[in-house]
Amino acid sequence: MADIEGKNGSPASTGTPAGGAGNGNGKGKLTALIEDSKAVRDRALEELQALKQPEKTDLWKSVLRVKHDETPRSRALGVLSNVFLHLHPAKINRDAVAYNYTWGMGGMTFYVYITLVFTGALLMFYYHPSKVVAFRDILYLEHDVPFGKLLRNMHRWGAHLMVIMVEVHMFRVYLTGSYKKPREFNWVVGVLLLVLTLLLSFTGYLLPDDQLGFWAVTVGTNMARATPLLGHDGPFGPQLGMTPFNDVRFGLLGGSIVDANALLRAYIWHCVAIPIIASAFMVVHFWRVRKDGGISGPSPVMLESEIKEPRKI
Amino acid sequence: MDFHQLWTIVSTPDNIPIVLLLFVVPFYTWYGLRQAFANDRLIAQLEADPALAKTHHRKTQPYKSGWAKEVHVWPYLLRIEFLAAIIVTVILLVWSITLNAPLEEPANPTLTMNPAKAPWYFLGLQEMLVYFDPWIAGVVMPSLIIVGLMVIPYIDANPLGSGYYTFKQRKFAIWTFIFGFIILWVSMIVIGTLIRGPGWMWFWPGTTWDHNRLIFEVNRDLPDIFGIKGRVSKILFGAVVVGIYFVLAWMGLHKVITGQEVRAGGRTLLKARPFNKKIYSRMSLLQYAVMQVFLILMLALPVKMLLRHLFRIKYVWVTPWFNV
Repeated sequence: MADIEGKNGSPASTGTPAGGAGNGNGKGKLTALIEDSKAVRDRALEELQALKQPEKTDLWKSVLRVKHDETPRSRALGVLSNVFLHLHPAKINRDAVAYNYTWGMGGMTFYVYITLVFTGALLMFYYHPSKVVAFRDILYLEHDVPFGKLLRNMHRWGAHLMVIMVEVHMFRVYLTGSYKKPREFNWVVGVLLLVLTLLLSFTGYLLPDDQLGFWAVTVGTNMARATPLLGHDGPFGPQLGMTPFNDVRFGLLGGSIVDANALLRAYIWHCVAIPIIASAFMVVHFWRVRKDGGISGPSPVMLESEIKEPRKI
Repeated sequence: MDFHQLWTIVSTPDNIPIVLLLFVVPFYTWYGLRQAFANDRLIAQLEADPALAKTHHRKTQPYKSGWAKEVHVWPYLLRIEFLAAIIVTVILLVWSITLNAPLEEPANPTLTMNPAKAPWYFLGLQEMLVYFDPWIAGVVMPSLIIVGLMVIPYIDANPLGSGYYTFKQRKFAIWTFIFGFIILWVSMIVIGTLIRGPGWMWFWPGTTWDHNRLIFEVNRDLPDIFGIKGRVSKILFGAVVVGIYFVLAWMGLHKVITGQEVRAGGRTLLKARPFNKKIYSRMSLLQYAVMQVFLILMLALPVKMLLRHLFRIKYVWVTPWFNV
């Protein structure tokens, strides 16, 4: 805390008349004790007063480091010295905060993703990826787990919301030409993230092990059997020796039908593999946004007469 | 009108996102294009007045000369992000409290769902299965969509419209995306969700899903219409037809890409666009070829849809290994 030592700088022990214990002057002792306790009380009051300004305490400073005031320096440091905020620059273009330019879709997609990781992790406590109990786990979640139904609903609708937001985000990026130089490759990363989002959603669809998920995944993976060259129903597949037991669909499902192995594979892809891959791509995506100079606009319009001659290869 | 059926389809929990999409996509299309047109007016104004163009701040956002160009992230951006997070949380919570996630009977391989539908975001692909064999609709087309999206930045040679909404300066690009995203992707999802019923048959909204309805397959293969019998001649015929489609589409798209005037029967179908020509001259041969291939393949989908719906043609190219 701010000042453990009193204002007068004397440490707590000096006030006690430790040396006068044997001289039998009881009254003097008592007075000294009262004096001492008054001094302690005063110091306690003083320290309590200091708590009215918690930002002055050492504890506060050790956690937050940066002063909370309106000076430009503190505002900049508040963002730059924070691990969660450091992907932001200290300052941005004043027009870039306008909602009508970005629609906020990229950021909200990321937020929904975090929500999904959170609810998903909680759901994992109650779910076994086994054909025997998977469906019963969902029933248990829905009827017995406190807020289990809400948890599952949030995960389900959050997933749908994320797919919609990713598509709308992509639409905005296209309409504003934000994929143009120097952001070409970040668009490619974004497309991969779109694919990963769809795969995350699709692998999650099977996990309740109900009719809906089962047939959706059956329909979905039946397309894999028609893969050219690699599927047993696809063009030139049989000629290359593809059967239902060695083609790409077998690899996806861990079997020739959607069964226990498919459930386990979907679970691992859904809960472990794809989230890790997607997170890695997200890190790259955000990092590149920052390194390419922040979001693309709104930048000043360019006129046709100002087009420069292209650089010849 | 069977309103009960309509309500059943629209209120199916997993169909809610599509109903949402029906509002969200048109709204944001309007929202984006409105700003595009505002910028276009500014561009026209600046092009007419070069002196103004030198001094103008060139944005449609509010502007005063004394204002600082930049603002602090804290609080001006972070408070927005915080607010957005709260709003999204509230929406998600309210949605989750009012509407339950679907849960059907336990999985049963012996009891086929009718219709058996993929998740809504894949229904565009499932709808494509009507027109193409699974290897095209389920494997080739998705791969082409993904790769096609990835190559966009590398084949778009137009330096204008980077970082601001505009329609005038990127007409071709914007039309292509609206065609691919809204007309093909979103509307196919909507068809797959709201219109396809039992047996993947077409039921207009408001008609009853009749599980006993029969449709007599009257689809024919193109070679059969022309009375071509032999296996080899069918292969050759199909290859020729597909080849002709490629050549015609290439020529047609070339006219659009290079901004030539297209006239038919004394009427101008497409106005001449010198700007397109200018952009075309900036493209490398590789960029041009890649763009053509992807556009031709994208156009193949609506062409095949029209062939099916207008002429009841199942396959164009019939071979022992694959059919197109």
